[in-house]
Amino acid sequence: MEFFRFRRDIPFMRHALVFNVISLVTFVAAVLFLALRGLNLGVDFRGGTVVEVVYEHAVDFGRVRAAIDKLELGEYSAQSFGAANTALIRLPLKAGVSSAQLSDRVMNALKADDPSARQVRVEFVGPQVGKELYENGALALLLVALGIVGYLAMRFEWRFAVAAIIANLHDVVIIMGFFAFFQWEFSLPVLAALLAVLGYSVNESVVVADRIRENFRKMRKASVTTVIDNAITTTMSRTIITHGSTQIMVTAMLVFGGEALHYFALALTIGILFGIYSSVLVMAPLVMWMGVSREDLVKPEKRRDGPAGETIRP
Amino acid sequence: MNRYPIWKYAVIAVSMAIGFLYTLPNFFPEVPAVQVSSSKAGVKLDTALLQSIEESLKAASIPYRGATLDSSGVKIRFDDTETQIKGRDALGTKLGGNYIVALNLLSTSPQWLASIGALPMYLGLDMRGGVHFLLQVDMKAALDKAGDRYVTDLRGLMRTEKIQYAGIAREGGGVVLRFRDEAERAKALFTIDKNYPDLNSRAQEGGGGSEFRVFSQLKPEAQKRIQDGAVLQNIQILRNRVNELGVAEPIIQQQGAERVVVQLPGVQDTARAKDILGRTATLEIRLANEEPGALEAALAGQVPFGSDLYTERNGSPVLVRRAVVLTGDRINDAQPGFDQRNNEPAVHVSLDGTGARLFKEVTRENVGKRMAIVLVEKGRSEVITAPVIREEIGGGRVQISGRMNTREANDVALLMRAGALAAPMEIVEERTVGPSLGKENIDKGFRSVTWGFLVLAAFICVYYMLMGVISTISLSINLLLLVAILSMLQATLTLPGIAAIALTLGMAIDANVLINERIREEIRWGATPHAAIQAGYERAWGTILDSNITTLIAGIALFLFGSGPVRGFAVVHCLGIMTSMFSAVFVSRGIVAIVYGGRKKLERISIGQIWRPGASAPAPAKP
Repeated sequence: MEFFRFRRDIPFMRHALVFNVISLVTFVAAVLFLALRGLNLGVDFRGGTVVEVVYEHAVDFGRVRAAIDKLELGEYSAQSFGAANTALIRLPLKAGVSSAQLSDRVMNALKADDPSARQVRVEFVGPQVGKELYENGALALLLVALGIVGYLAMRFEWRFAVAAIIANLHDVVIIMGFFAFFQWEFSLPVLAALLAVLGYSVNESVVVADRIRENFRKMRKASVTTVIDNAITTTMSRTIITHGSTQIMVTAMLVFGGEALHYFALALTIGILFGIYSSVLVMAPLVMWMGVSREDLVKPEKRRDGPAGETIRP
Repeated sequence: MNRYPIWKYAVIAVSMAIGFLYTLPNFFPEVPAVQVSSSKAGVKLDTALLQSIEESLKAASIPYRGATLDSSGVKIRFDDTETQIKGRDALGTKLGGNYIVALNLLSTSPQWLASIGALPMYLGLDMRGGVHFLLQVDMKAALDKAGDRYVTDLRGLMRTEKIQYAGIAREGGGVVLRFRDEAERAKALFTIDKNYPDLNSRAQEGGGGSEFRVFSQLKPEAQKRIQDGAVLQNIQILRNRVNELGVAEPIIQQQGAERVVVQLPGVQDTARAKDILGRTATLEIRLANEEPGALEAALAGQVPFGSDLYTERNGSPVLVRRAVVLTGDRINDAQPGFDQRNNEPAVHVSLDGTGARLFKEVTRENVGKRMAIVLVEKGRSEVITAPVIREEIGGGRVQISGRMNTREANDVALLMRAGALAAPMEIVEERTVGPSLGKENIDKGFRSVTWGFLVLAAFICVYYMLMGVISTISLSINLLLLVAILSMLQATLTLPGIAAIALTLGMAIDANVLINERIREEIRWGATPHAAIQAGYERAWGTILDSNITTLIAGIALFLFGSGPVRGFAVVHCLGIMTSMFSAVFVSRGIVAIVYGGRKKLERISIGQIWRPGASAPAPAKP
């Protein structure tokens, strides 16, 4: 079986401007959603209490709300979670209320109302811890970006490093844009997914960059655009198969992983789809615009090897 | 051609054997068990205990599967949870307060595996259910308490050194002493510096030059010592309290400078756990009732009105009056040490101002009598020690000595300190997972990995034929090694950790795809099969290394800055990347060498259909 049969190199670079405009538009849209709607930060980052309650029958939210209303806890939300007999109650932080005891009070009220209520999960994050998790998350993102730029700059060349990180941060921003647009809950596992995507998409850029460098060595007469087009075309098959394989695992998580892994898998799915596009069609044009040349990648010593790099092929 | 040296096969064989051995324990099911361990230092866990446990189970005719003794205690396995709970109840009443009798799950993996350190993976709280608390120690309160103590100490010092002072008070994070003239202040400064090296004291003018002041502040290193001590003491107290909860494998650890993590696997009643952890036990100092005949009457069952009959820690009975002289919050500190006169082990207790005054009055009126120090916790009272009052004790410094050895002195000091937490604590994070949800999480994670893996394997096998089968085998070896390393390190497996296993497998196949695509490409451009395999592996290696290192950077950052479950994700992810490099390149190359290496004339490789641009089609832009 062979899916990809390219008779000739696809002239990606001829349409580079179009791709860049498309990315710019999606990027700006994502930033706009982030700015206007903001992320729906989960309890991990914002602090607060989450209580998951399972009943022996379908949840009667009217009664649940009535029971909690009596406690006068201020704003809260009660929704169904995963199954019809499960309720998820979110209580925001409130100054002056001892938050550690909050879940107990809610559970007591619910049990008094309906003895079949059973607490299966409580998560409480204090304001200080939430702030720290948020700051550490941002720091981790920054550190990963810097680490990758540093490594790629050392291994390839600064243009590749900058282009790769722009392409991949663009993925991250777009995932966050999705989360802002749909107001999906942004939690710690989603952050983990984001960082995993960052590392993973860079893989893609590395593979293409590797091929571009190799082509510069082999195709000594070819123009920069030909070299890049050929690099993208020849790695295309691998790109799709690899991403497809990863997506198989992620889909399994989406289907079988339940609520706990849902947004994690969703973030990965978006990341994988945009990763294919961005690392190939954003990074390569950027490298080209920044004016990469053969001399930047192929060191003079290598050139003295002479014809060894050239091969005759059908 | 594509031969592989023997030593490389040896490496593969050895690593697979080790991988298999250490993965094995995970396949044995867990059985319900009861774990008996000691709740106090000095309570022996020995074969006598094992024997008495077995006898009492037999006496209660509760069937059990076997009891073993190891360093952590006695473990008794049962057939089902019903007999397990019966066993726990029976042993709980039989053994009493010196032992912790807790429910647990134990692996049925054979002893010889455990003896080489092959244990099943440690399941996180989101997999087995339980409570996770992060407690923050109030450091300001700890320092305040120390400040109060120094006010008492300095007042006492001024008195014993006969230095005239006009007043003493807490002010601006330190203690201010006021004097009427320069000479007294100079004397005071000298004495304070000599007696309290932890204090940083300096002269200060106040009240428009008419007042001579000394401002004393704790040195930063002393502050740090007090704060560290407060955290350690609180951990000790938490440990004592958790013992009461009867948890099989509790984790109580310091996290950062001022936080404590408490993880209680299997605990369901979180309200009770919170209650016990947050409780302030009280310490009471009461007088003993030593009226002639009162103790005998009490022992005969006639406890005199207004008194309680207790047993001392050494076993002798003591009758104590109900009226409380002092409570534990008047105790600032208690430290083990030695009596300066006869070098006997002793406990030095320091009281605060009010406590010192009360203590002085009571001791003056009761010289020659005994007083009891009673620890009241959860409505249960225990006499820690009952010393005889030798003389009037003023100044708030008390020494308890006689009839104890060094260890006992340590214990008494600890218990007296443990009367109250060194500083209040607040729960700043709580994560509770019910056992049913934990089991559900295991199933979900397991199903995700299994189905993802099967579909992925099927796809790769169809797409790359025999080379795909080889890729799948190396991916399975990757999984085997990953699980083995996780078991070996006893890393905590959480749901995000399982997600990381799934994701890592999905990403690890990338290396094989890169290699297989490269081989196809080489063949497409006319290389012989052997040369294609050679070139495929060689050329793909650089790319695989680069891309894995960038992924590793992300994983390490996640580990450094992540917390809790996300850390689990990062650990599995990083380990998975490393095992995948080994299995996808090193192992799969070895298998390829077995399959194809022996044949001198290799016509074709089974790597799926390789499409070649037809002669009729325009030639591709290749140099």
